Amino acid sequence: MITKRIIPCLDVREGRVVKGTNFEGLRDVSSPVELAKYYSKCGADELVFYDITASSDGRKLFTDILCETAKNVFIPLTVGGGINSVEDFDRVLKCGADKVSVNSGAIANPKIIGEAAKLYGDQCVVLSVDIKRVDGVFRVFAKGGREDTGLDAVEWIKRCVSDGAGEVVVNSIDTDGVKGGFDLEMLEAVCNAVSVPVIASGGAGNVGHFIELFKKLPGADAGLAASIFHFGEVKISELKQEMKKNGIPVRI
Amino acid sequence: MTVIIDYGVGNLFSLVSSFRSIGEEAVVSSRKEDIEKADRIVLPGVGAFRDAAEKLEQSGTVPALLEETKKGKPLLGICLGMQLLFDKSYEYGEYKGLGLIRGEIVPISERVKNLKIPHMGWNALSFKNGKHPLFKYINEGDYVYFVHSYCGVNCENHTVATAEYGTEITAAVACKNILGCQFHPEKSGDVGLAILKAFLELKEGDLC
Repeated sequence: MITKRIIPCLDVREGRVVKGTNFEGLRDVSSPVELAKYYSKCGADELVFYDITASSDGRKLFTDILCETAKNVFIPLTVGGGINSVEDFDRVLKCGADKVSVNSGAIANPKIIGEAAKLYGDQCVVLSVDIKRVDGVFRVFAKGGREDTGLDAVEWIKRCVSDGAGEVVVNSIDTDGVKGGFDLEMLEAVCNAVSVPVIASGGAGNVGHFIELFKKLPGADAGLAASIFHFGEVKISELKQEMKKNGIPVRI
Repeated sequence: MTVIIDYGVGNLFSLVSSFRSIGEEAVVSSRKEDIEKADRIVLPGVGAFRDAAEKLEQSGTVPALLEETKKGKPLLGICLGMQLLFDKSYEYGEYKGLGLIRGEIVPISERVKNLKIPHMGWNALSFKNGKHPLFKYINEGDYVYFVHSYCGVNCENHTVATAEYGTEITAAVACKNILGCQFHPEKSGDVGLAILKAFLELKEGDLC
């Protein structure tokens, strides 16, 4: 049986890994290549690289770093950030990415999902959505969570999946950085709406939060987090042992 | 020398890098001379069967590939590359494969219900028909990374590993020097690299 995946996320700016709380107040953590190797050794099932660079110089640097990482790390790599066109898919896939995650780029140009799925296959296209409750409904936010698009999150995800998105990352802005646990209510709404893998993101603060996620929400396929892994608050090897103890299918 | 067949399908970066990490400089090529010179051949592949089969045909590599494998040169098909070794596929129609492995490729969705398709993620290997030399450095139950929506069937005699996903999914096949794995060794961490290392070390005596 397929195991539940544990995915560290590396936010990369100007060639370094950074992590913010509620998407603001970034802090330098470490070298992407070294961190990626470290996580691969520790048992991470997959890595996500998010390019949060704004400049074209930074983008070139990111692509070089991605190549360097893919030369050294032999687990699946997903790349996101700055993906606005099929050419951007091509750019990162050539550097060794296995999947490409698209967020604001799909909001600006929804056709990108269908086009990329046709060229590279559904399994290659990951939809990432930043979601926040507004007046009790789940709404899609763009531009790193700063802009309310007015789109209903569940409807948006259903549409993108029918266009060819092969996986969905649900980032809850409401729980991100709070370390109070994943947003189970939001995740359940998404799991019930689509049949592709759903990756939970935002809110994990300790091992128990991952156990709670997989126990309470069997439809969740993976848990993604950043700072708690980077700062060693949660060790992937210990997390996986705990998952095993709790009867959750896990790769050890 | 290892040649990775270049026929314009998918991304060979990880495959080349993973061979390099175990000390093998693989050559990516569609040239007849390279295929003839090589000690072993890798047939990669992602995407849809028909498209890949057409591109492989157009690449002009098929005659050399068949000729060299007939002489006993090891050939490893990976993912769609494994599926291309089969007699035929029923992906969006009915298409002929290379016919090096008896069996067909069918949608996983025909065989399992209520499970997500594609079969994507890490799954454990069960060995079949003994422990194939390809697996000499790994153990039964080790995890490898899969991404596929179609699978090989009616190939029981040649199946050397399976993975459980509502049904037994063909994970690896072997018929003498013709080998295939449905999973991605180049994305399966140390276990995957150990499989590639064993492939590099295969000798004719191992392949009967």
